[in-house]
Amino acid sequence: MGRRVLVTGAARTTGRRLVGALAEEPEVERVVAVDDLEPQEPFPAKIEHLAVDLRSPALVRTLQSAGIDTCVHLGVTAEPRAAGGRITMKERNVLGTMQLLAAAYHAPDLRRLVLKSTTAVYGATAGDPAVWTESMSHDSPRQGFAKDAIEVEDYVRSFDRRRPDVTVTVLRLANQVGPTVDNPLTRYFELPVCPTVLGFDPRLQFLHEEDTAEVLRRTILGPAPAGTFNVAGDGVVLLSQAIRIAGKPPLPIPEPLVNWVAEMVGRTVDFSPEQVRFLQYGRVADTSAAADQLGFVPKWSSRHAFEDFAATRLRRLVTEEQVGRVEDDVLGLLRQTAGWVASRRAPGDPGGTEGSSGEVPR
Amino acid sequence: MSREPPAPATRERCRARTRKGERCRNPAGPDGLCARHRRQLEEAVAADSARPAAPEPGRPKPSPSEEPDLGPLGPVLEWAEEALEFLGRRVLGEYEVDEFGHDPDLVEHVLAPLLRPLYRHWWRVETRGLEHVPDSGPALVVGNHAGTLPFDALMVALALLDEHPAHRSLRMLAADLAFNLPVVAPLARKSGDTLACAEDATRLLEAGELVGVWPEGYKGLGKPYRERYRLQRFGRGGFVEIALRTGAPIVPVAVVGSEEIYPMVANLRHLARLLGFPYFPVTPTFPLLGPLGAIPLPSKWVIEFCPPIETADLGPEAMLDPMVLFDLTDQVRDTIQQTVHRNLLGRRGVFG
Repeated sequence: MGRRVLVTGAARTTGRRLVGALAEEPEVERVVAVDDLEPQEPFPAKIEHLAVDLRSPALVRTLQSAGIDTCVHLGVTAEPRAAGGRITMKERNVLGTMQLLAAAYHAPDLRRLVLKSTTAVYGATAGDPAVWTESMSHDSPRQGFAKDAIEVEDYVRSFDRRRPDVTVTVLRLANQVGPTVDNPLTRYFELPVCPTVLGFDPRLQFLHEEDTAEVLRRTILGPAPAGTFNVAGDGVVLLSQAIRIAGKPPLPIPEPLVNWVAEMVGRTVDFSPEQVRFLQYGRVADTSAAADQLGFVPKWSSRHAFEDFAATRLRRLVTEEQVGRVEDDVLGLLRQTAGWVASRRAPGDPGGTEGSSGEVPR
Repeated sequence: MSREPPAPATRERCRARTRKGERCRNPAGPDGLCARHRRQLEEAVAADSARPAAPEPGRPKPSPSEEPDLGPLGPVLEWAEEALEFLGRRVLGEYEVDEFGHDPDLVEHVLAPLLRPLYRHWWRVETRGLEHVPDSGPALVVGNHAGTLPFDALMVALALLDEHPAHRSLRMLAADLAFNLPVVAPLARKSGDTLACAEDATRLLEAGELVGVWPEGYKGLGKPYRERYRLQRFGRGGFVEIALRTGAPIVPVAVVGSEEIYPMVANLRHLARLLGFPYFPVTPTFPLLGPLGAIPLPSKWVIEFCPPIETADLGPEAMLDPMVLFDLTDQVRDTIQQTVHRNLLGRRGVFG
């Protein structure tokens, strides 16, 4: 019998991509896509779309009767406004997860549960260790999306204890970028100027959308390791670097004004408040556990992932060619001046030593 | 529809050489040259098209004999070229930092050149015992801390970068205040520092880095002038624990001269608390002379690295024994205290 997979949050970018990929896998017999939203592109025919909220009894029935063996929970959102306000967002995230897990507890055939979580659970403060491993204890972020993500992880861990026959894998993903990703961070880089916190330059990690799809596919279909894994592209990009790669002018905001500006920007970017701290202090997660136990190494490094996003979605203000040309022009001018000064100093030997044939044409 | 990331995984550097004969640091395109050297090569090929032999691709510039003799302006031009290339890389974001945020390009071209005059001319730093610092692999450099602002740490780092044969980068463990202050926070990370916590220190040593730690912390940095060269308590010996866990040798380093740069005669505790600083120093010139008081006094400095204390043979289980931790902590502290005293005696005067 083939695999029967249920995916929550399936209508959004990551989910739509995942269910599409799963539907093409020969070993997958049945894909149930749960989302009360309609996907931007319609689902392929093989996919059953269950257009309900996570709190619906229809979900319980499906989990129990459709012989679902794998439940993939992508339905945690970081966007308060799209979710209909912060309170609704919390309800959908936390209560939705509780309902889903309650239903999953009674699913007889369930063998695997995959949660898409986020490295935001580590928070972002000045007193953080430089690199987070999965087991490090952290001061829990007390607000917004990160708090929801922590609570969701807690419920999933408690589910893990109550259903020891289900392999539970939690993937803490770094910020995703790519040609089709649309999240608060990509919208931030699409602003005409990028507001930053004056005097801070956080370290960031990015995960390419293809690597997101691949790590989910592998966790769902591959040999299932239980546990929690950080997933991020190799290497680190500084915010200042990212802004330059994006080709945007930065707009440094003094710290006391940051929250006020964040509120203004929040009207267009739809982000949750702790993401401002992220742009001040940054966050880096160790990915060696994913490489060793999950066997997953992202194809795209943080930098390449961001460059790919910038190349497909943004237009650089300053190109490499332009910079090189300015360098050459300034240097040529300096060289001419220097040559002229040197010829004045040594009138007997104008502009060079032996053989003036090699006069530089620059 | 899967697209491939640019191969190879790490971005290649341009294979041309700069006028100084060093490797060009600009990122390379598919042909292995950066935009700048590619254009130079094309121009050189166009100019040399009459000649039979194409120029060697690694050297798109004309050979030195064809260069016009610019006299003393030659080095200025070389400097200008390097500075321009550096600026170009910064504008494009074309540089790499490690996971801690260490930015060697910025250190080499901006931070180290800013500190070098202080090291060479202002404090005339004399560095001894560099042979005790390994050329490669991990080691924990432990030093005394004084002088109100952590210039002693910066000078030790510059000594290792400039004068050690392997030009090692010292990865310093800094207090969390450093990562809270605007401007200071990113500069600390870019110069290779990280938060003084066991996780970061262990991670750096396991990666084979040279780690610097100043266990006296604020107690040493903010102590009054009358207590100069008397080492304070060495924390709780956490640095010994980390050395034992990773098996890294401990290299004590004694700095003489840092105590006199800002002689602190009083500490305005209430003002410090109000501002959230660990202390607010009053020196003979600060805050009396305002910003002028921030100019450090030109004392004569001696930095001496002492013979390493091996920890690998004790094994990681030794870190469970508090007696071993206390003994090693005291041994390191005594070594530094004695070396400080010896070098103080050898110094002709404070400004000698």
